[in-house]
Amino acid sequence: MDPKLPWFVLLCPLLSAALIQLVLRRKHSLAAGISVLSAFAGLLAAVGIWFSGMPPAPLQIPWIQVGDALQVPIGLLIDPLSKIMLLVVTGVGALVHLYSLVYMAGDESKGRFFGNLSLFMFSMLGIVLADNFAMMFIFWELVGVSSYLLIGHWFTKDSAAAAANKAFLTNRIGDFGFMLGILLIWSATGTVVFGEIATKSAAIPASLLTAGVLLVFCGAVGKSAQLPLHVWLPDAMEGPTPVSALIHAATMVAAGVYMLARISFLVTLSPAAQTVIAWVGILTAVFAALLATQQDDIKRILAYSTLSQLGYMVSAIGLAAPGAAMFHLFTHAFFKALLFLGAGAVIHGLHHEQDIWRMGGLSKRMPLTFLTFALGYLALIGCPGLSGFFSKDLILAAAWQYNKALFGLGILTAGLTAFYMTRLFVVAFLGTPRSESAAHGHDGPLAMTLPLLVLAVPSVAAGWPAVQNAAMGASYAAALHHLHESASNIVIILATGAFLGGAGLSALIYSRATRDPISIPPLRSKLYVDEIYAALIAATQELGAQMASWFDRWILDGLIVRGLSGLTWGFGYTLRFLQVGNLQAYSFLFGLGVVALIYLAVLR
Amino acid sequence: MLNLLLFLPLLAATAIGFGSPARKTAIAASFGMLATALALLFQYDRGNPGFQFVSSVSVLPAWDLKYLLAADGLSLLLLLLTAAVTLSAVWVSPTDPVRPRLFYASLLLISAGAVGAFASQDLFFFYAFHELALIPTFLLLGIWGTGERHTAAWKITIYLAVGSFILLIGLVDLYHALPSEFRTFDMIKLQKLATQQVIPAAAQARPYLFLLVGFGILVSLFPFHTWAPDAYASAPTPAAMLHAGVLKKFGLYGLIRVAIPLLPAGAEHWAWLLLILLVGNVLYVGLVTIAQKRLDQLLGFSSVMHMGYIFLGIAAANSIGLSGACLLMFAHGLSIAALFALCGYLRSLKPGLSLDGFGGLGRTAPFLGATFGLAAFASIGLPGFGNFASEMLVFFGAFKPAAPAGSQLPFQIATGCAIWGVVISAVYMLRAYRSVFLGPVTLPPTEETKAWAAAALQRLRLPLVLLLGLLLYAGFVPGNLLAFVKPSIEAMLPR
Repeated sequence: MDPKLPWFVLLCPLLSAALIQLVLRRKHSLAAGISVLSAFAGLLAAVGIWFSGMPPAPLQIPWIQVGDALQVPIGLLIDPLSKIMLLVVTGVGALVHLYSLVYMAGDESKGRFFGNLSLFMFSMLGIVLADNFAMMFIFWELVGVSSYLLIGHWFTKDSAAAAANKAFLTNRIGDFGFMLGILLIWSATGTVVFGEIATKSAAIPASLLTAGVLLVFCGAVGKSAQLPLHVWLPDAMEGPTPVSALIHAATMVAAGVYMLARISFLVTLSPAAQTVIAWVGILTAVFAALLATQQDDIKRILAYSTLSQLGYMVSAIGLAAPGAAMFHLFTHAFFKALLFLGAGAVIHGLHHEQDIWRMGGLSKRMPLTFLTFALGYLALIGCPGLSGFFSKDLILAAAWQYNKALFGLGILTAGLTAFYMTRLFVVAFLGTPRSESAAHGHDGPLAMTLPLLVLAVPSVAAGWPAVQNAAMGASYAAALHHLHESASNIVIILATGAFLGGAGLSALIYSRATRDPISIPPLRSKLYVDEIYAALIAATQELGAQMASWFDRWILDGLIVRGLSGLTWGFGYTLRFLQVGNLQAYSFLFGLGVVALIYLAVLR
Repeated sequence: MLNLLLFLPLLAATAIGFGSPARKTAIAASFGMLATALALLFQYDRGNPGFQFVSSVSVLPAWDLKYLLAADGLSLLLLLLTAAVTLSAVWVSPTDPVRPRLFYASLLLISAGAVGAFASQDLFFFYAFHELALIPTFLLLGIWGTGERHTAAWKITIYLAVGSFILLIGLVDLYHALPSEFRTFDMIKLQKLATQQVIPAAAQARPYLFLLVGFGILVSLFPFHTWAPDAYASAPTPAAMLHAGVLKKFGLYGLIRVAIPLLPAGAEHWAWLLLILLVGNVLYVGLVTIAQKRLDQLLGFSSVMHMGYIFLGIAAANSIGLSGACLLMFAHGLSIAALFALCGYLRSLKPGLSLDGFGGLGRTAPFLGATFGLAAFASIGLPGFGNFASEMLVFFGAFKPAAPAGSQLPFQIATGCAIWGVVISAVYMLRAYRSVFLGPVTLPPTEETKAWAAAALQRLRLPLVLLLGLLLYAGFVPGNLLAFVKPSIEAMLPR
């Protein structure tokens, strides 16, 4: 392989972002064109990497070096894991760029939008290609800030500004653990490079390893919005819908899973950490699926669904099945991006209507959107034969072997997923229009529908065994095959049962409903987690800040400092000097002091 | 060349005194300083970690007292910082302040004092130049300040005078701790002595404590920090930029240059104290910062808070931590100068700078919004800016400090607290950014506000491009700056 190719993939969007931010912010169409061009160039290069072998030598340049003690390179790692992730990121990325041309056509800050989109691509590709912890952390933070900028794209809207802040801060809390974990692992191995850690991992003491892995896992909890740091993702839907599709569904939020897969060699060495990770994942999956059943905003339903699916993937990492996690990440990226872009087409066609109860009957007015959305919907709920079916079943199979309670929750999630997605689908697309805008909905132009059509293909086919073998690379494919073989038929029967049961029940309830016949206030209020957190923050941080501020002003500064300095008042006449601003007086005072003290010093 | 860097601002200040046009002379001199500082960096031989550009004039041969200018990589980095911030501060200064000559001459004198302090390798001049720089700082605050300027000026004067006094006692004590045959003010000789460890470990604790507290007060080490926020809030913008950005670094520079190399056992003895105090800087002051309701006070407290990270690198006392501390001095100086410059411009719109009084300014003044965003993200340690790379070095250094293997846990706990501080600083900085620049637009789109927003470009573009450009440079290729600093640090550490 040409070693320039990975560098090209990484630097292409950086160049585009820099160019747009520095000179093209106001030249909207040119900015958009360059951004889209860079995305497609990246996709082409990623395909090139996919078809070529491994690089002849490590692609590393030194970045920070302090002797042998600390070496942080900027290095690109090309292996089956990064290859598949490259395809996902550049593939979905390019389509979302194309789609954004239409979706953001009338936006007055289109240049800024595309500049930030390119910045995001750069950051995300940095995570994918990073060959060491420090570099991954750098790009980890950068995706955080590009996500902040994109969520807050419409920053004069208060809710958007608030959501952007919330996303950044919640992620920083996770990154606190991530950084500590990196330091801990570095202190034990003396290196931050994944390959070198792998060769030294056996020497890490068990307790330290568990602590290190769990701390690093905090980073994934933040980025992949797992319990208890999930609160930012639903709010992040304030961002433009293409952003939701690319960043908050297909790629960035999956970075936590990708990172865990990258260090799965460490995770598997610590059974305690594995247990924690598996349970955090599955609990997030059930929790988010439950909340999704009572949401009315089309994007929020999809956001909770993303949380839930990410929970599956995280859980799979804890179940020692990183292959299954990555496979689900792979298929999910396509169908979830498809669903979001479909939702965006609906929102666009209905003039910014997001409430599913004010939609209805869209199947006839938006046939292309309807058709592709239906495929994405079936893939997500695990309809046999579509991509989600294969990947989700592998995770359930891994759970079945590991712990039956965990498996039970996985099946429950599958049922709930079928339930809430069917609710969304039936209410929004079938029946009759329930609002003026729904009655006049229409498909978008070609640049909008083309990405939907393209994404529909992998949404259907990405799970087929042939594709699976080709996509996942030899090592993962073998593991997946083994997992598939070992899964008993019960897994498939139960999973299919959950799918049929959830979808059937939901169809029964919602097919003729004009408003939600079920109302469970706690679920509708997201189980009050936001309120609890707000109270917690008020009780700790805000109260602490007020107390510290009071202490600083009245005790430390007021009583002690002014008290002490009050004593010297009579001697200094300082105040008088200051009020006249007398230069000579100062100079004299200081000069005198210095001379006197030096005199004392030397003659003592 | 170092002489040129020192005498440019001094001569310019004199020329202004004799009637040369104040602003033009000051700007010309600061451009000259920046060019000189860059030329020094290019001429510096990185293969040779020792002092270069040595020029020496004996003043009192009996005491080995010399006017001795010389620079190593560490000094050069700070000289570049001084030059860059000086130019920015002069540029953003008002075109027609009252008593313009005294105003611009004072700015140049602060700058000259800082250059002198960073380039003098003689303890007496090292100390005296810093004192020299403080005087015009007080003047600027007392005469051209805003708000409670007299109280603030009074407080900073007493505070820093006390700090300088304690520092002086520490320097004297250090001088006397040296075996009599080694006593000298010559810091180049002292550095050589440091590598041989001529001061017995038992005699190091007392002078180090004096130095720590003395230098610490000058750097607003918790709990000696209360002068800083008020002073920065009341000071005229260029004075706040120069003091917070450059002059305050003197204390940190002194600890790294004098205290840590000569008194390593003293540093180890008092490490617990420094760790507690620096955690106070990060967590306690961090919380205080969150509670601030005015932008200038918030920035003042945030600057105090960020000193904690530099102290952490110093506490680590190894080459990773100290190199990180040096880079962070550079990066922090640039980012706080940029923030104060912007804050000063916002003051011209809303003198009270109350955070509630703004909103949606990013729409009215996109240039200010974008640059404030960059500077704010730089200051909270976003990768791509120098602050991140140096904070990362500090964290790595402090996690495996020079302290013996058994006593590293307190350092690791302090590192954990410092990393939590990264969350805290994001809380207050994003809150400030949001309340000023995001949210619904509150400013009526009148001709006046439009003119105000447009004038920002002319007033702030050059300084911000310079400061942010250097920050990005330090963030993207920290290795280039590290190549200046690290060998100099390693040359002073005991082997």
